[in-house]
Amino acid sequence: MAKAELTPAQRLALARHPERPGTVEFIQNLFTDFFEQRGDRLCADDGSICGGIARFHGRSVTVLGHRKGRTLEEHVACRFGMPTPEGYRKAQRLMTQAEKFRRPVITFIDTPGAYPGLEAEARGQGEAIARCLALMSSLTVPVLCVVTGEGGSGGALALGVGNRVLMLENAVYSVLSPEGFASILWKDASRSAEACDVMKLTAADLLELGVIDGIIPEPEGGAHLAPQVLYRALDAALARELGELDKVRPAALAAARYQKFRKMGEQALRKERP
Amino acid sequence: MSSILAQRRQKLLAMKALRSTPHVPVYTRETCPGCGQMVERRELSNHQYVCPLCGYHHPVGAYYRLSLVLDKGTFRELDAALASNDPLNFPGYKAKLDSARRRTGTGEGVVTALGRIGGRKVAVGALDSRFFMGSMSAALGEKVTRLIELAGKNRLPLILFSASGGARMQEGILSLMQMAKTSAALERFSRRGGLYLSVLTHPTTGGVTASFASLGDIMLAEPGALIGFAGPRVIEQTIGEKLPEGFQSAEYLLEHGFLDAIVPRGELRSTLIRLLALHGKEGDRHGQG
Ligand SMILES: [Zn+2]
Repeated sequence: MAKAELTPAQRLALARHPERPGTVEFIQNLFTDFFEQRGDRLCADDGSICGGIARFHGRSVTVLGHRKGRTLEEHVACRFGMPTPEGYRKAQRLMTQAEKFRRPVITFIDTPGAYPGLEAEARGQGEAIARCLALMSSLTVPVLCVVTGEGGSGGALALGVGNRVLMLENAVYSVLSPEGFASILWKDASRSAEACDVMKLTAADLLELGVIDGIIPEPEGGAHLAPQVLYRALDAALARELGELDKVRPAALAAARYQKFRKMGEQALRKERP
Repeated sequence: MSSILAQRRQKLLAMKALRSTPHVPVYTRETCPGCGQMVERRELSNHQYVCPLCGYHHPVGAYYRLSLVLDKGTFRELDAALASNDPLNFPGYKAKLDSARRRTGTGEGVVTALGRIGGRKVAVGALDSRFFMGSMSAALGEKVTRLIELAGKNRLPLILFSASGGARMQEGILSLMQMAKTSAALERFSRRGGLYLSVLTHPTTGGVTASFASLGDIMLAEPGALIGFAGPRVIEQTIGEKLPEGFQSAEYLLEHGFLDAIVPRGELRSTLIRLLALHGKEGDRHGQG
């Protein structure tokens, strides 16, 4: 039971571990015949979002997720998994095709947040994320999302409007990075461990808040220590959830997803005047 | 009888609007942040809190904002009692909420209402930058979503005035989820043919920019408004250099293709009337909705 004793800050460290498997490894190990689709058809291809068509248990699906990169060159090219508007517009393109060809959508979420850069702002980072949210909410195919590492801010949520949202046991998901949170609230980024404690960013916290639907167990000490064990658990969870969603009619899939997110934050409302 | 009701509504809105005007000390003159000149407070209030010398648009509260665009006596507030409940038991949040409520006279960072503009019935909301910087709370997201759903149900045009510093940190992930909730509601509204006019005012940033504020059929902004996803300070830290003059201003966004028009405060009401009329059916019986 040593796992249960990890602090939120320790889980954050595991979620950010440089050897932690990510989207690319999941696609290689859980899917076959992956064809990567690149480019937003407007101006560029953003490597920090990787996606395409692949087979999952024999059927075609659209799979996409954040890519942080493995080597120094890849880290730089992917900005450590922080997408630009081009990345989000590529994601929209892939999901629109999934709808057209009736493919389920599977997303893997692992980003510190959308890239806060000059060009990203000039090309409409906010608009790109908003369109992702609107589009995902309306898809009539099954949408399965897994927060696999860091789920940071709107840059994570942009791939997170699913019928089911799962989290790996040591993943975190929050409105902002703990460092950003501490620097905004306390003007002190070094108090991030303290921020982790109040932010409710662990999988267990988020399950309790109704933000996610399930937790996928990790091998002791974190996913990077025994990736094959994790792949088996992740594969089983995805296959099970997809099997359930297959029974739901297209219009009902969109309606159920709407209702799921419509209820988010219900517990935070007070109806009488204070 | 209905005219007495309308008079009462008008008085109520006028009273709330008064509290909702920019806070200026009792001194009759103040320094304009736009031009640095001394401007008389009466002059400012006569010009809808736009500097008569340089055109700087002072941020204004939600009730005042709505009083500028709605027909007299038509304001009917919705969900006024809906407020936030400190869902994460965040240290100090309850006390801060109470003081913000006392100061602004609103329960949350957005005021939503039904009303008429140029006789046309509309669903309208305005964010209030004085209430936690207009940050996205679960209650704010809920009020906006209810307004969108009501507009959809009653086939009314939707108008939202955004002003926001981003997420409500004290509500954590539940704040983030409001981006999905409001965007989903707008997508549904849009697919059923609803008209949404989005007006961005100073400042509109973070999660509000990356959700409902950016999804208008028509995108308008006030002159000089700061509009963006990431804050200028964060961007400067990331790229390690000073940002160019005018970066993330309404004028910059217009140039980059994210706005239809920049509209000075004094022309907003007439612009909205014109846009509503252009979206009306031929022979539309204005004011009959
Ligand atoms: Zn001035």
